[in-house]
Parts: sequence; C-alpha cells; structure tokens
Amino acid sequence: MTALVGIVLVSHSAALAEGAAELAGQVGAGAVIAAAGGTGDGRLGTSAEKVSAAVERASAGAGVLIIPDLGSAVLTVKVLLADLEDDDDAPGPVEVADAPFVEGAVAAAVTAAAGAPLPAVRAAAEEARDARKL
Amino acid sequence: MDAAFFRAWITETAAVIGERRDYLTRLDAAIGDADHGANLARGFGAVTGALAGQETPTPGAVLKLTGVTLISTVGGASGPLYGTAFRRAARSLGDETDAGLPALAAALQAALEGVRKLGEASEGDKTMVDALAPAVDALARAVDDGASEAAALDALVAAADAGAEATTDMKALKGRASYLGDRSVGHTDPGAASTALILRALRDVAARHDTVR
Repeated sequence: MTALVGIVLVSHSAALAEGAAELAGQVGAGAVIAAAGGTGDGRLGTSAEKVSAAVERASAGAGVLIIPDLGSAVLTVKVLLADLEDDDDAPGPVEVADAPFVEGAVAAAVTAAAGAPLPAVRAAAEEARDARKL
Repeated sequence: MDAAFFRAWITETAAVIGERRDYLTRLDAAIGDADHGANLARGFGAVTGALAGQETPTPGAVLKLTGVTLISTVGGASGPLYGTAFRRAARSLGDETDAGLPALAAALQAALEGVRKLGEASEGDKTMVDALAPAVDALARAVDDGASEAAALDALVAAADAGAEATTDMKALKGRASYLGDRSVGHTDPGAASTALILRALRDVAARHDTVR
C-alpha cells in the first residue's frame, strides 16, 4: 500500500482544530490527520512546537499538507516551511494550502484518503474555496 | 555596539514591554484580540531567561536567540513577525563582534524586509511596518549624513514614534484588525506601537552607555 499524504490542521483554537480533524476524518475515512490547535499552555493562539509535532505525526513519506485558519497560524506555518527548506532532515515535502479551514480540511481528507499525491490534495483543499453552499 | 550592548537592549525591551503590557493590550482590545501586551511580555520574558542561560558571544547570536525564542513562545502573530525580524537582523550582522551604526542600519533594513515578506504588508496597511519602515529610512539617512550615534538613534526613534502615531488614522488592511474595516480607524496599531517601544529601548540603552563611557 502506498503512503498517504498527511494533513495538519492548525487553528487558534484546540477545540476547532480537533473538531475539524474529527469531521474531516469521518468523511475522508483512513486519512492521516493531525490537529495542532491553541498554544502550549492552552490559550487561543498558535504553537510552533505543536505544528512541528503534528507535521511529524502526519508524515508517512508522501508529504504533508498544512491547512491554517488565520493570522498567527498562517504566519507560524510560513516561518516553519521556510525553516524546513533549510533543513536536510525535513520529513519529505510539506506545503501549505490557501483554503477555507473546514471545507478545505474535508476536501483534502477525502482526496488524501483516496491515495492522491500532494499537489492533488492541495488543489482539492484550495478548490473548496469556490464550492457554493447555496 | 557589542554583544553586551545588544543583550542590554533586549533586556531593556523586556522591561519596557512588561511595564507597557496593559497599554499594548488596551490598543489590541480596541481593534484585535486583546493579547498583544500579554503575548509580547511572555515572549520577551522567555527571551530574558534564554539569554541568561546561554552564551551569546556576538550581537548576531543575541538577536538570533531572541528571534527563535519569540517564535516559539509568543503564540500570536507578533511571534513569527518579530521572530523573523530579529532572525533576519541576526543573519545580517553575521559573526561581527562589534556592530557600528552602518551594520545596525543594514540589520534593521533586513528585519524590515523579513517582516514585509512574511506579513505581505505595505506601508499604510496599519501594521508594524508603518513604524519600522520610516525608522529604518531615517537611520539610513542619518548614517549617510555622517550623524553621531546619538543623533542617528534619536532620528530612528522620532520616525518610529511618528509612524506609529500615523497608524491611528489608517484603516487596517492586514491582520485581525482588517476584519473591522472602517471601525479600525481612530485606534493606534498595537504592533506599530510595540515596534516604537522596542526601538526606543535601543536608543535609551545607547544613551545610557554613552554616559557610562
């Protein structure tokens, strides 16, 4: 069986990250999803350590797609990605999706669970922006 | 300006941010999520601890440790932004053991470029760039004019203060405040205000060193 693309959900809120992971994991059964929500001491915000740990948990060799919610989550992920580029021990390709948080997570999970490669998983997350609800 | 000077700058910054924590939080409560003062106080508190516990033999080493610690401890957008600013400045300073004004000006220019790129903010967006960019320009001009260290750093602080003040009338186009649209007008940007405080701490530490010398 080929390795699946891992998905990391980064939110200011631990509850939001875990809830989105739960929802995406139900729709995209079998997808590898790691949540990184809130700060290390349980406040609203972003923890660079939590994001790094989640990337390691989600990484199975086929790459990792990170979906951040807003503000510091996006900036923290951008700094982390820039650092990974300089790091020879980086865990395969890691990319960030410019996507709506919940819809992007669900679309990415479904696509990743089907064994799609990283560019396709990222495209699925980003296309979720254009999916109308009404 | 040697490593001890840069440690004194960061220590002074931590003290000032601690004192002005409620002021920064009040600014952030008006147009953001009311955590800027607490986040920065926590971050610079951690930096002070890190500097006490690790050897930092060069100005670059001091600023690199500052940046790395801010990224991992702040928890808000100011963490990656200030963290990137200090790390870029550190890289610009390299292994130099004694940084003169031109090296400081180049380091702050590198910090500005790092913040601009990461935050994708331009002047006028009501962010820390509105304090940092004019300050960097003023310092570069002073260096070109052959100004004394004291005069150059005074120019840096004056420009940062004016830049921060000018954000009051701006409408936020970046960051959490941008969700408020027109309602962000009439409030000073917390990031621009903290940038002005950090640069003022630099000037104050330099002035104190001068009187000791």
